[in-house]
Amino acid sequence: MEILVCVKRVPDSAENEIEMNAEGNDIERDDLVFSVNEWDNYAVEEAIQIVDNVGGTVTVVTVGDDESDEVLRREMAMGAAKGILLTDDAFEGSDCKGVATILKGCVDKGNYDLIFTGAQADEGAGAVGGMLAAMMDYPYASLVNKIEAGDGKLTIGREIEGGNQEMNEIDLPCVLSIQTGINEPRYVGIRGIRQVSGVEIPELGAADLGLDAAAVGEAGAKVKKVDYFVPESGDGAEMLEGSNDQIIEKLIEILKANGGLQ
Amino acid sequence: MAQVFAYLVHNDGVLDDSAMELVVAAKAVGDDVTAIVTGSGIDAVADDAAKIFPKVIKIDDAGLAYPNAEVVRKALINVIPAGSVVLFTNNTFAMDCAPGLSIKMDAAYVSDIISLEVDGTTLKTVRQEFGGEVNTHVNVDASNGAVIALRPGTFAADESKSAGGSVEAAAAGDISAKRTFIEIVEPEAGDVDITKADLLVSIGRGIEDEDNIEIAHELAEALGAGAEVSCSRPIVDAKWLEPSRQVGTSGCTVKPKVYMACGISGSFQHLGGIKGGFMIAINKNENAPIFQVADVGIVADILEFLPELTEAVNDL
Repeated sequence: MEILVCVKRVPDSAENEIEMNAEGNDIERDDLVFSVNEWDNYAVEEAIQIVDNVGGTVTVVTVGDDESDEVLRREMAMGAAKGILLTDDAFEGSDCKGVATILKGCVDKGNYDLIFTGAQADEGAGAVGGMLAAMMDYPYASLVNKIEAGDGKLTIGREIEGGNQEMNEIDLPCVLSIQTGINEPRYVGIRGIRQVSGVEIPELGAADLGLDAAAVGEAGAKVKKVDYFVPESGDGAEMLEGSNDQIIEKLIEILKANGGLQ
Repeated sequence: MAQVFAYLVHNDGVLDDSAMELVVAAKAVGDDVTAIVTGSGIDAVADDAAKIFPKVIKIDDAGLAYPNAEVVRKALINVIPAGSVVLFTNNTFAMDCAPGLSIKMDAAYVSDIISLEVDGTTLKTVRQEFGGEVNTHVNVDASNGAVIALRPGTFAADESKSAGGSVEAAAAGDISAKRTFIEIVEPEAGDVDITKADLLVSIGRGIEDEDNIEIAHELAEALGAGAEVSCSRPIVDAKWLEPSRQVGTSGCTVKPKVYMACGISGSFQHLGGIKGGFMIAINKNENAPIFQVADVGIVADILEFLPELTEAVNDL
């Protein structure tokens, strides 16, 4: 099984306090700590486990800049055999469709049976995998939390509302977006990353991928982020004080007034 | 603006309430508004949709008995003209179907929006990032159509059901697919849909031990049929409650009448799943961030306070 896992370098929400910049139109990007998108670690782990069982190769790919090299190496330290960096000034400002278009260029150059993305990344769009699949005319399933490899097809589970799991059979090749919790991603230490530090990671640009520069980047984007702003927040809670009995009496009135108690 | 379509979700023959919100959103986008329902044996669902939408397209086909995203996408492509705007309620089906639909329509796609205005052929939307810590204005060029997934609660629903609309049947066309639905595996028995609850007794790390979960259940039981127990992520990670009870960006998005955050600090990942309702926060840490967003706050140890509250409610 040849598996391509699409990963992304994102601000690490556990490591950063998100604040607005002085101009008030973007988040403060100085000193942001970046890491690999949390969902992508599950996707890479799943790919490695499948290859361990049925053979094949795991390749990780990202659309980014020189700094994205570090997330590819982290995933290679987990066990992905190859990394590919898709980078070009023309890719700047791509929307989800632009990113999917760039990734399609990479998929077309390979011979992949299975393509993974994380179920979502920092912007929460969850769109690139479904778009890539539609461009390739591959079947697609999102929010995948179970995979059983079969002959020419997979049995997969999707996380849907209410804790239900939707089971499907899906033909290969296909694109799946992987949900957290599908497995327990293995730990990667400094040593593991050091071991892959010398591995060459090919860099491919628009021309290498046979892409029309007008179809990607800012030029091709129909969806454009204008600015960031802080949503209105409340004035803080009205604190109930007094003895527990007094507080509970007030609280019961509040519950009744707001429909929490008939 | 071009023709506007809304894809309506239904379960077990019952139209989802999101239809009443989608019609408001659709009318905000354009004047020519049509709902689409797909399925097998869906006359009643289509008739219900016609109470909400002026026009309904019904695609009734045995192959659509389960809303397999690939099959539904093919059926939609067969009836939606190029250049249209298509609205979904943002859920796991939309995530499965809508991105690919936008590619097949060569239209723009934006998901999980929380605000929508029209300016010529531009759709001006608002999205959240970083769990709602910051929002973004996102402009969508809809000149060749757009596919939009709205977060539930973006528009106030029109519950009048007075549209008196018409239903038109359409053929599904070729809906052969490379993905086949097998079955729904339901979670363990005793599970609940916390997104439908009127009141949530939601517990976090402050519950301290699995054995203490009982005090939350006892309070919910005392508060009545509309009350359920929910929780923040650490409780599910510890496997003290099932994942379906988790509120947050990685769990359920809820909009109860009253949300009682008990021993929950108020991380933005958790708050990202609470969309409205009156919030009561109970936490022994007076500096807990939850008090910044709650309507009413009580500084107390939930392990002592909740049983006292339960007793008082039972004595009413």
